[in-house]
Amino acid sequence: MSTTTTPTISEEHPIAPFLRMDRMPHIWCPTCGIGTIVKCFATALDESDVDLDKTAICSGIGCTGRVAGYMNLDAFHSTHGRAIPFATGLKLGRPELQVVVFSGDGDLSGIGGNHFIHAARRNMDILVILVNNFIYGMTGGQNAPTTPITARSSTMPFGNFERPFNLPHLAESCGATFVARWTCLHIRRLTKCMRMALRHKGFRFIEVIAPCSTLYARLNRLGSGLDLMRFYHDEAEIRHGADTREVDIGFQDRIICGNFVNEERPTFSDMMDAHYNEVLGDRYVPMAPEGGWLHD
Amino acid sequence: MRYWRKPLDIDQVKVPHGRVVIIADRCKGCAFCVEYCPKDVLVMSEDFNRKGYHPPEVVKDGECVNCNLCEMICPDFAIFCVDADDEEAAAAIAAQGDLDEEAEEVPIEN
Amino acid sequence: MKTDPAGVLTGVHYLDGDYACGEGAMAAGCRFVAGYPITPSTEVVERISQRFPMMGGTFIQMEDELASMAAVAGASWTGTKSMTVTSGPGFSLMMENIGLAAMMETPCVVVNVQRGGPSTGLPTMVGQADMMQARWGSHGDYELIAMSPQSPQEAFDLTIDAFNLSETYRVPVMFMMDECVGHMTEKVVIPEADKIDVVPRVLSKKKPGEYLPYAVNGRPVPEFVRAGDGYRFHTTGLTHDEKGYPVMSAECQHKNVYRLMNKIRFNAADIIRIEEEDVDGADVVVVAYGITARVTRAGIDMARAEGVKVGFLRLIVVWPFPEERIRELAKKVKAFVVPEINLGQMVLEVERCAAGKAPAILVPHAGGGVHNPEDICKAIVEAVR
Repeated sequence: MSTTTTPTISEEHPIAPFLRMDRMPHIWCPTCGIGTIVKCFATALDESDVDLDKTAICSGIGCTGRVAGYMNLDAFHSTHGRAIPFATGLKLGRPELQVVVFSGDGDLSGIGGNHFIHAARRNMDILVILVNNFIYGMTGGQNAPTTPITARSSTMPFGNFERPFNLPHLAESCGATFVARWTCLHIRRLTKCMRMALRHKGFRFIEVIAPCSTLYARLNRLGSGLDLMRFYHDEAEIRHGADTREVDIGFQDRIICGNFVNEERPTFSDMMDAHYNEVLGDRYVPMAPEGGWLHD
Repeated sequence: MRYWRKPLDIDQVKVPHGRVVIIADRCKGCAFCVEYCPKDVLVMSEDFNRKGYHPPEVVKDGECVNCNLCEMICPDFAIFCVDADDEEAAAAIAAQGDLDEEAEEVPIEN
Repeated sequence: MKTDPAGVLTGVHYLDGDYACGEGAMAAGCRFVAGYPITPSTEVVERISQRFPMMGGTFIQMEDELASMAAVAGASWTGTKSMTVTSGPGFSLMMENIGLAAMMETPCVVVNVQRGGPSTGLPTMVGQADMMQARWGSHGDYELIAMSPQSPQEAFDLTIDAFNLSETYRVPVMFMMDECVGHMTEKVVIPEADKIDVVPRVLSKKKPGEYLPYAVNGRPVPEFVRAGDGYRFHTTGLTHDEKGYPVMSAECQHKNVYRLMNKIRFNAADIIRIEEEDVDGADVVVVAYGITARVTRAGIDMARAEGVKVGFLRLIVVWPFPEERIRELAKKVKAFVVPEINLGQMVLEVERCAAGKAPAILVPHAGGGVHNPEDICKAIVEAVR
């Protein structure tokens, strides 16, 4: 009895309801990790019983920036680095939305760095999933703020000499209330982490290390994405609650994963409401959860 | 996956059985599923799909335990498992196997 | 639709242009403002931040202008009327996301209280040198609408019109005030709420699955849906097809860009608004806007006293430019005189439309103050000679 069948009907895949199947196959390279992370996220949505109609996803520009285009949610593909303020606008314009930002390391910590730190500072109630492949993939492999020292890229052909960001530390120090890092090999732990994050309120930040076969791996002679996955298997250490000051990543060095920060603190909207209620009392009219759309 | 010793209640544990479903034309030959299947059920086949990649194929019949790791790790949404003991699913998939295997036009992605 | 009374501060007030603009936004139904402080526009958001909590509005001071414009674009997709406020340097920063709003066809209003430039320029003093930037500031081909008020009363009235136009044409509207009008305090009459007509955000009646985000079917603009209503739509800054999916082809680009341009160009007659005085039979027509329009009247009076037949054409909607009217007038007048607080921006449009039939004479002012009416009079008198 054969245990393989090859149907050609695309709805077969269990995750199909969460994807725009009319745009499959997607553009990501063979052995790119982004698809895996999308699968984990879709599974987390499925298992979390979130209201998918009230979930909006926002991406910037880049390989990971294409995620919004493949997910079957209200999806916004905005400008480079501005996914987080765009998401802020969505959230404040219609407070009942669950807004997810799904973008890359260059997009969110490079050009979007300012928005990242301020949204974390405000504890804006958005979930940020940052896919870190240590490079600007879509544009041809340029140095990113997360590229480890000595790694090569197209704009640092002799190896990077700039200190990279330690993103969980950056997020925590700016005030994020949920900070975690996983690699895309840790599929079940990542999915569970995303489920937890979807239930949490406040600025949630999940960094996911993913292989970039065509640029990062190739420029640094690391093989294919599969070789990088094997590397994650060997070098990833899980340390829940680790001190984020110590989770920086060197070139082909250990990667510390885990759920680092999980706190309950009032979000921007909570603080706004509490403050105005205190100061203005009955005069305060908060924006309705359905948003500020005026109609008859 | 190998046990270093057999669990004491192994005769009472019901091992699940799964059936692997591969959407070959969506596969990009990354081999994550082959690498990480805990029962080594898959290998990269010698066949080509429409885009020229080698999709995986099942070589160890009946050994899939429906752990869904391949489904979770595949970046291309090209493989998943169904419960082999589920009569309904088996019938549905068998029915599709009978359909004309003429593959649909895969749209050229931008 | 009548506006929400909670936003309307009915009565006779003594307000400066910035405050009046803020009141206009609230009266128009704007309920989300993201801004960054920049002189001389800050008073608009200060006013809004004082009153918004009482009417269900949310004001957030973002970390920079780029974030402000992105947040405005995002909030607009929830169906909420949104606005941001800035001046020259911030306007330059917002350009990318203004392009995003134009591409995604997001209704919103961007207020630019112009000051002397370039760069940091004269932060507290007037300029009108962003007029071309309003039209051409972002990269690529697109059209949008720009308006210029000449008084705090107009700052109130035209802000409401700006929101209405942006809703009707699903386009960002540039509200080009200048520092003089912004900081000038005058009587502003705010009518009762039931006298203020606003264009609401009209939502599609189609069901999810039937709805296509960018299908027009003969209308000027596609139908809108709100994020969170279950339509699962996709929108992008990339060139896109009717489904909102990116399509990288010359054909799609052609359709997309022409539609963005044509929705304004083909409806220009409904959008253009000018005010004319004594243009018929005039030998010289003076074209001005904003604060310069008020100074110009003094100059015109002086020129008329010297016997010149002068007409006055005030631009209320600056973009799209009233090309037809200028072309028409060019055949009849001896010259156009265009005073503006810059070294020649709208005069170029007048000159282009006049097509050599009548010269367009610029009365420039580098910025930092308004014209001397005598200079305008002199230019008018010399134009006739």
